Amino acid sequence: MTAQRRTTIIAGACLAVSLTACVLLQHRLDQIRPESTIEDVLYIDSPKVVKRASLGFDGLMACMYWTRTVQYFGHRHYELSHTYNELAPLLEITTALDPHLMPPYQFGASFLAPAPPNGAGQPDRAIKLMEYGIEHNPDNWHLYYDLAFVYYTELKDYKKASEIFDRGSRVPDAHPFLKVMAAQTAQHAGDYTTARLLWSATFDTAREKQIRQNALEHLRAIQVDEDVSHLQAAVTRFGERTGRLPSSISELCTTEHLPGVPVDPDGNAYTMTPEGRILVENPDNFPFASKGLPPGYKRSGLPKFHTKL
Amino acid sequence: MAAIEILGLEKTYMVGFWRKRPKRALEPLHLTVEEGEIFGFLGPNGAGKTTTLKMLMGLVFPTAGTARILGRAWTDPEVKAQIGFLPEQPYFYDYLTAHELLDYYGQLSGVPAAVRKPRIEEVLSRVGLTDVKGLQLRKFSKGMLQRAGIAQAILHNPRLVFLDEPMSGLDPLGRREVRDLIEQLKREGKTVFFSTHILSDAEALCDRVAIIHKGQLRGVGAVEELTSSVQGKIEVVWQGTQIPASMKSLGAECHVTGDTVRAVLGENQQDAAIDALRRDRIRLIAITPLRTSLEAYFVEKLQHPQAVPENTVGKAAGTKA
Amino acid sequence: MSARILHIARNTFREAVRDRVLYNLIAFALLLSGAAIFVGQISIDIERLVVVNLGLTAVSLFGVVIAIFIGIGLVSKEIDKRTLYTVLSRPVRRWEFIVGKFFGLAGTLVVNAFFMAIGVFGALLYVAHKFSKPDALILVALYFIILEFLIICSLALLFSSFSSPLLSAVFAFSLFVIGSFADDLRGFARMAHGFMRWIATGAAYLVPNFSTLNVISAVAHQQPLSAQLVLQNTLYALFYATMALSGAVLIFERRNLK
Repeated sequence: MTAQRRTTIIAGACLAVSLTACVLLQHRLDQIRPESTIEDVLYIDSPKVVKRASLGFDGLMACMYWTRTVQYFGHRHYELSHTYNELAPLLEITTALDPHLMPPYQFGASFLAPAPPNGAGQPDRAIKLMEYGIEHNPDNWHLYYDLAFVYYTELKDYKKASEIFDRGSRVPDAHPFLKVMAAQTAQHAGDYTTARLLWSATFDTAREKQIRQNALEHLRAIQVDEDVSHLQAAVTRFGERTGRLPSSISELCTTEHLPGVPVDPDGNAYTMTPEGRILVENPDNFPFASKGLPPGYKRSGLPKFHTKL
Repeated sequence: MAAIEILGLEKTYMVGFWRKRPKRALEPLHLTVEEGEIFGFLGPNGAGKTTTLKMLMGLVFPTAGTARILGRAWTDPEVKAQIGFLPEQPYFYDYLTAHELLDYYGQLSGVPAAVRKPRIEEVLSRVGLTDVKGLQLRKFSKGMLQRAGIAQAILHNPRLVFLDEPMSGLDPLGRREVRDLIEQLKREGKTVFFSTHILSDAEALCDRVAIIHKGQLRGVGAVEELTSSVQGKIEVVWQGTQIPASMKSLGAECHVTGDTVRAVLGENQQDAAIDALRRDRIRLIAITPLRTSLEAYFVEKLQHPQAVPENTVGKAAGTKA
Repeated sequence: MSARILHIARNTFREAVRDRVLYNLIAFALLLSGAAIFVGQISIDIERLVVVNLGLTAVSLFGVVIAIFIGIGLVSKEIDKRTLYTVLSRPVRRWEFIVGKFFGLAGTLVVNAFFMAIGVFGALLYVAHKFSKPDALILVALYFIILEFLIICSLALLFSSFSSPLLSAVFAFSLFVIGSFADDLRGFARMAHGFMRWIATGAAYLVPNFSTLNVISAVAHQQPLSAQLVLQNTLYALFYATMALSGAVLIFERRNLK
């Protein structure tokens, strides 16, 4: 074998081995240092400073910060953390760098406002973010939607929500749905129908996976709440009619002329306690349901996106 | 043992924008150089001399063919310890001094430290650079660089020395010195392979030459035999301006220069010419056999584009595997 | 064999020194002393932070620039100027040449970094008036910066083995910038789909990961660094440099010199 051949083989082997080693080592390194990244990132947490430091490459930096935000949120979410303190600064920096980047606003609407563990619990910052977005993108109807969304879901300020939906509906090329929502929130604010409309709209228009999952969970919860209230109302009616509690849920359903026992979105039948309380089978699978929970049930405080998209 | 055996080395370059057009820099070359001889590799510029040398040095890879140097494959790194190379228009690390350069090269050639220092001094004095050994090479003139190049080629006492245009850029004194050096190397038993396009140098120095043109080998042979009397002519020179009638009748070509006459005749007419001069009491100055110069042979070979099939003169062409 | 590599390395170092590369230390010293004095005057309570950040960033940037500027010419210059001919006509293997050049360049940078480190500690002493125990972490940061240099040298050498100096500089510098954002690149890759995901992930792993070697802000905040990190970073840098050098050797072994 000539010297050149031998060198080629050895160098080639070195190349292959080193490449593999590098890939493996990077994996290991990632495990050692996941936390440090965000602290590094937010070493500069003032949007103004970041903007100046970007040397004009704002767009690129905005993309990078957005990527980091999504990573950050997903990471903390699945690590079952309870706080998202860096979410607001991250979103603020991203939108400061590029005010016309849309996904951050929707992300903020979905996850800045709700209380931990589902979000950062900072509805006021969420509102600030939306208003900043509207200021820079006055013709984007979706931002009005996002702002109204926050007022509706977290602050329960239905009047304000309706106003904003209305404002948004006047924007050229606004989705006709905004007018519908304006009317709905004005008149049937607390209804399940309205809530369902809202979350369906979010689910349909969002492209970001976590936002869609969040919306889906809310929709499932609404279904459960609605079913449980109807069933619970039926129990009350039964009691008024017969003067006693139904002996079983099947008896209740037969009396109500239902084809069978209603099932929850997972396909499990609702149950009834001897005291006449309607329960959902696995409350853990419906993190946002407020009805049908067993007495003394405490949420484990861990948000769970049960359904896979 | 043959010092160099070139067995069909060939080089084709791909040129053009898409590198699709082949350009033949060297046709398959077969050549043998014996140990202890000075071998001249002649050809006009662009003939393929440097390409051949670069292939032998392993700087360029042949498209086909192999070679053996001192009995080993030309790609064997160990063989490099026994050869020296002076490239065309050499350029060295200009931030080093001559002494440092030789020291570095000595280290790379594996010359032991104890031997290196005296050897460097010796070589420097041999090429006449002792005075400037502390000067940085960037301040050297072309001639000085050439000498430094020769110095690094012979530093490690190689058995075989390759010189690419060793006389280029030298003044007549420098060229004389290099010629002396090459002869000295031969006396030391070394083999010298040098390429040049200056024929007078080759004629004076070489035992054998090869002529290459447009990538093709056109002729190989011992200098003596190539320039041995061609066509058997003689030149007769005599005093005076007279041309005897009998001379004319021999069909001599006569030229009068100053107060001598030169005439060219056939070899067989030598006696008749002498008689003619004696009869007229003309003083004979010289009779010389007329030799073809290497130049004429060279030009002739260049004009006929047939390759010489095999090295026919001297030792049998080596076909050792 | 190793003797030849050592000789080539020493000669490469000598070339860098005679090229007056080490004069950059003067610029560095001026920058750092100026900053230290300025910061010491205005008393903004984060003097230590500024000196450590500025000092280490300067060590890193100066070093990378030098590495690229010298590295890109290491092979191509020798081919252009034909100084390589007389070297390769000796029993020097082509791969020894590459490895020797690498060690020479790396050695130059280490020496450079050494002097700069003295400067950084000097400036630190000036503003903080004494050293505290966590300052030893600065040595770790410097060690990581040297690992960065090893990677950059190997890349510069790789490009130099087949490309012109200008292109090599562009490639090497780009890889440095991209490598500094390696974490983000992997983030992008995770969010991509389908074919793009494969390309992005491949690129993300091939690009040198400088973000893991950059602990400057952590050290400035006196945060501890795990021994595991030191070990793994060392291994990573060594393997990466080996990879790039193997590539350089493979290319250079085949190259027809003009």
